[in-house]
Amino acid sequence: MNSMNSDETGLTALRPDILRFARLQLRDDALAEDVVQDTMIAAMSGIDNFAGRATLKTWVFSILKNKLVDALRTRDRSVNVSALGDEEADFDSMFDTLFKANGHWLPGHQPAVWGDPEEDLSRQQFWQVFDACLNYLPTNTGRVFAMRELLDLEVDEICRELDIASSNCYVILHRARHQLRACLEKTWFGEGEK
Amino acid sequence: MLTCKEATRLTSEAQDRDLAMMETLGLELHLMICSGCRRYREQMDFLHQACQHHPVRPAPDEKKSP
Ligand SMILES: [Zn+2]
Repeated sequence: MNSMNSDETGLTALRPDILRFARLQLRDDALAEDVVQDTMIAAMSGIDNFAGRATLKTWVFSILKNKLVDALRTRDRSVNVSALGDEEADFDSMFDTLFKANGHWLPGHQPAVWGDPEEDLSRQQFWQVFDACLNYLPTNTGRVFAMRELLDLEVDEICRELDIASSNCYVILHRARHQLRACLEKTWFGEGEK
Repeated sequence: MLTCKEATRLTSEAQDRDLAMMETLGLELHLMICSGCRRYREQMDFLHQACQHHPVRPAPDEKKSP
């Protein structure tokens, strides 16, 4: 009985992290709240099955990830595949301005030196900037990126869930990484030596 | 020789699929001579690391569950 109470307290304490993760993935606060609510209910009712095989957080995240995939799949396809086309066109015109006609970096547009970015991983401020840059990605591009890098889905699974071709998926992911890189360089690492 | 534009694309795709041998070879040859694309790859690797270590996630050593 005691251990059950402490697990329930532990669950409540995990809620802020779960919500932040769900928001990054879904880019829709109301939908994120719903999914978090479902996750908490499922976790509460299944807590007897938890039995300490993993940490509580790992266990709850496994429930959360399934709920997120369900939400991405069902809510009238919350990744809007046709809007991806527009996001793509916007990106392509920006991308092309970085390179000379022969496909090499234009002077001043190649990636800057970032110093020792691993050190930043322990800074809270870095993560605020990182999340802001994630949220700055075009909505659907950001969702696909989060499916790959936060939900850790394979490209095949993403394609199946969203009904897009894998070649399309590679392009979307490159676009997302490219924009995330540029945003971090601009807002965190500074435009250092090129 | 690959262009930088193609090299950045392959750098990203290498995180999502196994590149063909010729693609890998072309990319590595390009990276030997292009510091901009070398940095790009380091930074792409860093983005992946960062996502894996995002503070809301369970810590990596907590993930030993089946
Ligand atoms: Zn290059």
